[in-house]
Amino acid sequence: MDKMGSGEGPDNLQYRWCHLRKVLERTGPFCHPDFEPSPDNLNFLMESCKLLVIGAGGLGCELMKDLALMGFKDIHVIDMDTIELSNLNRQFLFRRRDIGQSKAEVAAKFISTRIPGCHVTPHFSKIQDFDETFYRSFHIVISGLDSIVARRWINGMLISLLSYKDGVLDQSSLIPLIDGGTEGFKGNARVILPGITACIECTLDLFPPQVTYPLCTIANTPRLPEHCIEYVKVIQWSKENPWDVPIDGDDPQHINWIYEKAMERAVQFGIQGITYRLVQGVVKNIIPAVASTNAVVAAACATEVFKLATSCCVPLDNYMVFNDVDGIYTYTYQAERKEDCLACSQVPTTVDIPGPEAKLEDLITVLCESPKFLMKSPGLTATIDGKNRTLYMPTVASIEEKTRVNLKKSLNELGLEDGSQLMVADSTSPNTLIIILKFASPPDFEME
Amino acid sequence: MSSPAPKSPEQSEKSKKYDRQLRLWGDHGQSALESAQVCLINATGIGTEILKSLVLPGIGAFTIVDGKKVTEEDTGCNFFLDAESCGKSRAQVATQLLLELNPDVRGDYVDENIDQLLENSPDFFNNFTVVIGTSLIERTLIPLSKKLWDLQIPFIVCRSYGFIGYIRVQVAEHTVIETHPDNQIPDLRLDRPFPSLKKYVDSIDLEAMEYKDHAHVPYLIILYKYLQQWKAEHNGQLPKNYKEKEDFKSTIRKGIYVDEHGNPEDEENFEEAMKAVTSSIKSTLVPSHVRDILDDDSCINLTSKSKPFWIMAKAVRDFVENEGEGCLPLCGSIPDMTAETGKYIALQQIYHNQAAKDSEVVFRCVQQLLHQLNQPPDTITEKEVKLFCKYASSLYLVRGTSIADEYDPKTLNAQNIAGNLENPENTMVYYVMLRGVDRFYSEYNMYPGEFEDQVEPDIVKLKACISKLLSEWGCGPLAKDDYVHEICRYGGAELHSVSSFIGGCAAQETIKFITGQYKPVNNTFIYDAITSNTATFAF
Repeated sequence: MDKMGSGEGPDNLQYRWCHLRKVLERTGPFCHPDFEPSPDNLNFLMESCKLLVIGAGGLGCELMKDLALMGFKDIHVIDMDTIELSNLNRQFLFRRRDIGQSKAEVAAKFISTRIPGCHVTPHFSKIQDFDETFYRSFHIVISGLDSIVARRWINGMLISLLSYKDGVLDQSSLIPLIDGGTEGFKGNARVILPGITACIECTLDLFPPQVTYPLCTIANTPRLPEHCIEYVKVIQWSKENPWDVPIDGDDPQHINWIYEKAMERAVQFGIQGITYRLVQGVVKNIIPAVASTNAVVAAACATEVFKLATSCCVPLDNYMVFNDVDGIYTYTYQAERKEDCLACSQVPTTVDIPGPEAKLEDLITVLCESPKFLMKSPGLTATIDGKNRTLYMPTVASIEEKTRVNLKKSLNELGLEDGSQLMVADSTSPNTLIIILKFASPPDFEME
Repeated sequence: MSSPAPKSPEQSEKSKKYDRQLRLWGDHGQSALESAQVCLINATGIGTEILKSLVLPGIGAFTIVDGKKVTEEDTGCNFFLDAESCGKSRAQVATQLLLELNPDVRGDYVDENIDQLLENSPDFFNNFTVVIGTSLIERTLIPLSKKLWDLQIPFIVCRSYGFIGYIRVQVAEHTVIETHPDNQIPDLRLDRPFPSLKKYVDSIDLEAMEYKDHAHVPYLIILYKYLQQWKAEHNGQLPKNYKEKEDFKSTIRKGIYVDEHGNPEDEENFEEAMKAVTSSIKSTLVPSHVRDILDDDSCINLTSKSKPFWIMAKAVRDFVENEGEGCLPLCGSIPDMTAETGKYIALQQIYHNQAAKDSEVVFRCVQQLLHQLNQPPDTITEKEVKLFCKYASSLYLVRGTSIADEYDPKTLNAQNIAGNLENPENTMVYYVMLRGVDRFYSEYNMYPGEFEDQVEPDIVKLKACISKLLSEWGCGPLAKDDYVHEICRYGGAELHSVSSFIGGCAAQETIKFITGQYKPVNNTFIYDAITSNTATFAF
């Protein structure tokens, strides 16, 4: 009897990949209709397929290991962070001696050494440092991020790479995005086919809203230890400014100061429960994380990458949630596309504004707070009387200063009317978005 | 007695390293983890993945039992065996590479086959906290299951087979105090206020308040006041059904102050009160799953060997029957609500103090019980009793079944299988497949489809194995052959991403047993990576 794996393997271990070869060289009843059993499938993974992993943290470390052991040999990884002590309870490619070094570089070196033949290329940078040509060179992008803004950005980038001929999507321009996320014992994995299935922007409401406390509670009627900590963070620090610098959550002196002041405030109001750990958690907005959840979610993502790259099974359609607090629970469903999605619908989006007397700053508030947009710090330009005018630009200090005066002006004063088009730039997308102003009620039709 | 806390407690190295998980299971969960000893049988890809997620969070020690040598195939699905290690002891190499992950963890290995070990060192397993088995054949699995069942050591069996993953948890009895439910229903006692609560709320006159104060009364007080009124008008009954609760809400709405134009003022606390009606207006009862625990034989008939959980449960039972007048000890915490600081803190104190009183009663009873049972008085600390009382309404008990019984057709719950298989696509079909693979291996000493030129004949053989099993269980034949074909396609292949998925899950189940926190899966979990679905079955 002949065991599988005869012939020279690409890394000189002829039996190493026989597990993968069984599912790639044999067909089965649950394969994708396009699947052809053949050694070419493994050859494609090993010789041609190029992957990009975004994030070399809890999910990223797991993803690189999983993908390398699923036969992929050309993996790029982007991460702008350096290794910290609190990463070591789950980011298993890092050791104590690596603290302070680039996550991407250490992780890449580890994988390339442990699995000979697998080449991981590190990029110690931000995703925004790369352009379309870079992103276009990958077959599949996998994100393991803790930032919603970065997720939205890469989502926008992959959508901008799509090309349409006569309104029909050119399939060759499509790069799938596999996205994983975790928080404590909960997580999710999803498959996004940009332009075809629900994208990150289509499902913005799935992200848990950030916990915020009303300013009046913090200032006047604190009840929880968190209120006292927020008070010191938001109000007392800027007032007393002990070191004349913004708060650095990693500086123990800063945390100590906040801890002591929050404690004083708590004692004053009779509030219990301030601990050093809680102070750190609130100041740094720490999300709990364990090795096991990261392993599970990254594995689910890697399985989907393998399916997409080989067609050996039908991919996940398109969203799986995971929670192992009470037994082990998962739920798989089809997240739906939003017909007027800001990012992937190709339909210009309207923004509802009360009327021409609304101020520019009101418009910006809507763009930041409406669940449809949830922007961070949008910059606005418009074509008014045939001229391109910058209305507000927060990102460049000198222009911000010049355009700040517009914030208090009404849309009417700025020459904008019902139906006007605005170009909006924001950190949540690499693309400039076009939005159309829509006034709720014409002036002569106003309510009493 | 205790010295004042240091002004700014600097964190230790350890608490910095484990910060992200300490926020979940706490320092006490961590110290349980650090004193645990886990045994892994067979350093397969899935086995080392499980240990990885236990070594990283800082388990005390692990031992790997594996008599095999590393092969090239192993290095294709196991991250903790490197290319240079082929031919060396698999247990040894895996132990070394896993220990690199965390210097706080101790690890050793036994380069011996599990069957030999069971025969030569029958006491080998006595001191482990949890035992994990992978790649176990039926002939080994059954005696091991019996042994660990008798030793009352949790046993977790895992498999990664092609696109299918499997976890079976065997535990005779497991109890959990801190289940960390996602939605905890607040324990407010509005239907039967205790004296200090009554005294405080009765001293407050809502109608006499200025708007500013009125808009900052905690909703708990609003609910209390309007409930008193409702009860007075309804023979002492609570609003029971949907309609009555809606009526009750509208009486609350009428309490909102109006401005000089007759428009309602903005009173967020009243809005919160109306929202809380559904969850907070109810009779305070002992939940049925807790009732079952309190009525359990282990609770009623304590012995000198009774575990702390049962002694505390008995003390709580006594409390419910006496001082508690039918209620559990008070939980003692209240949800956050729009309120002025003074009144909120006052309420918080009232609940906190009553809970402290209740748990003190329970603690005294615990001490008496320990004395009667001839157990040392420090067996259970006051802190533990407090925790038990605080979470009394979400206690959890599971009594499992043994794998040996499941593999015996006389004791197997076959209806479970037959019922699920009425839907031919139910994930249960993969349970049947894996059992078929076990049978196949027992008969032919290899996996179906393991050898390239045997796939077709193996499909026939595997079908025969499965038919035999199903008839032994009294189940009808399978509706489709598709699953048999798919299983033979795998030929025993281990795909790393499937191992990693199951590895993460199984590690967390192990942590649940060690820390006594969170509810473990009961008792069979199947992962179908083809469709990304999972299912849990109880055998």
